[in-house]
Amino acid sequence: MAQLFAYIAHKQGVLDDSAAELAVAAARLSADPVTAIVTGSGAELDTACTAAAAIYPAVWKFDNAALAYPNAEVIRKLLVNAVPAGSLVLIAHDTFGMDLGPGLSIKLDCAYAADVIGIDSADATAAVLVRQEYAGMAHAHMRCDISKGAVLTIRPGSFQATETPAAGGQVQDKSGEAGDLSANRRFLEVVQAEAGDVDITKSDVLVSVGRGIEDQENIEIAEELAQAMGAVVSCSRPIVDAKWLEKSRQVGTSGQTVKPKVYLAMGISGSFQHLGGLKGSPFIVAVNKNPKAPIFQVADVGIVEDILEFIPELTEKIQEG
Amino acid sequence: MEILVCVKRVPDTAENEIEVKPDGTDIEQDDLVYSVNEWDNYAVEEAIQIRDKVGGAVTVVTVGDDEAEEVLRREMAMGADSGILCSDDAFEGSDGRGIAAILKAEIEKGKYDLVLTGAQADDGAGQVGGMVAAMLDWPYASLVNKIEAGDGGSITVGREIEGGNQEMNEIQLPCVLSIQTGINEPRYVGIRGIRKVASVEIPTHGAADLGLAADTVGAAGAKVKRVDYFMPELGEGAEILEGSMEEKIDKLIEMLKAKGGLK
Repeated sequence: MAQLFAYIAHKQGVLDDSAAELAVAAARLSADPVTAIVTGSGAELDTACTAAAAIYPAVWKFDNAALAYPNAEVIRKLLVNAVPAGSLVLIAHDTFGMDLGPGLSIKLDCAYAADVIGIDSADATAAVLVRQEYAGMAHAHMRCDISKGAVLTIRPGSFQATETPAAGGQVQDKSGEAGDLSANRRFLEVVQAEAGDVDITKSDVLVSVGRGIEDQENIEIAEELAQAMGAVVSCSRPIVDAKWLEKSRQVGTSGQTVKPKVYLAMGISGSFQHLGGLKGSPFIVAVNKNPKAPIFQVADVGIVEDILEFIPELTEKIQEG
Repeated sequence: MEILVCVKRVPDTAENEIEVKPDGTDIEQDDLVYSVNEWDNYAVEEAIQIRDKVGGAVTVVTVGDDEAEEVLRREMAMGADSGILCSDDAFEGSDGRGIAAILKAEIEKGKYDLVLTGAQADDGAGQVGGMVAAMLDWPYASLVNKIEAGDGGSITVGREIEGGNQEMNEIQLPCVLSIQTGINEPRYVGIRGIRKVASVEIPTHGAADLGLAADTVGAAGAKVKRVDYFMPELGEGAEILEGSMEEKIDKLIEMLKAKGGLK
């Protein structure tokens, strides 16, 4: 059976939630032990390795100044140098995993399956994986040939860890086996997101608008509803892409993480990136004219209506008291 | 700068309700509206803006059947200088790696400084750009939302990372970048623009033209194959409010009051 590896992401030594989730996913592929690969530099790396050893029976530590920031082009070279041919490598499907995974599969000459949300079955030759296509509107089983290894990126939140980890793993310093880490892409800096006029993370009630709002002029009806409710207007990605609202209003993994008590998803289809920014189990109301919109699977209450008609009437009713 | 943009014709998920056929072999194709993958329009717009600033030419390429030609014409109407259609029965059933192998062969026929793709398409994998780059041994950056092209051998790119932050990188040319939405505002294409390019010759390149062995592309070379589409067994999902608009609103207001959404 192929060797299993999980690439563990951490920030200043604090493990990403995906660290435990990758272990759950790996266990669905094989009963064999999984090795965590943790990269970085200095004391933070040691902290991360200790935390990873609680989840994984073996931890490979790679300490190098070139790894202080996880540049996917550098990490790819490291993994190609360090991981034996035919291995199964699991990575989180986040902005780093998307950067790393496809190229890594080519360099390891193995299969690549992206954004895996389920694993139905697996043996030494193939795994049947679950993915979503068409913006979450269709699910598909994919048969992935893993006989010569594979790189899988795993959607964050899809494999929840239930047990408290107590693997008692051993940390091995593999820094000497990192090999050549030169790359033609150099990390410069992280530019922090600009603060906006309103802090949507501070509001208990959010009126959030998506593509269903159709036109910039219609943002006004959402603002009127928010005002009537004592709420704040937030939005999904397409609204920011269209420059109808500021980036600071965007809920999602590439925007803000919010924890409101009540969340009104108005004309939002409900991509996983959007839902990834919604924490703390709010009461979710979804209004969407498409009854198949994925948002209805996660909402508490759903209303199948066109928001352009629904919102003004709701506002009026609330204003009447 | 010579720029190649890889585009794809996809079902328009903003215009269609995607339904899975009862036997799971495909999605319902009846009345399906196709268009250019949304991310690709941003990539083409970015390429045009770079060309207009530093000179050069923009070529658009797609892998697909004859119908895929329409998306090339649309992008040429936006301002791309030329189009190439990679089409062959042997390409059918390709996985991401197969598509990447076809594009790699096409890229090697030209002399490009920069190759752009959309960050993802209808299958949501976001894989082809990174694979092409690795096959070519060119550097790659994904989810790019800013490009500063200079005159030198490198460019500065911003990547969209978690929390709305931006990761800045210096990357050597030639390189492959996948473009995230929001990097620019893609220009509008009118019917007149499309008519203008209606008769422009678009060459078709097949497996033989690209020197591709049949077992490296298509279903034969695919390591990842779709078994079926299916409807997932869902949790309870939302409680769907029924009745007239007024009844729905009354019920909702009651619920919002109970949950603290209304004072």
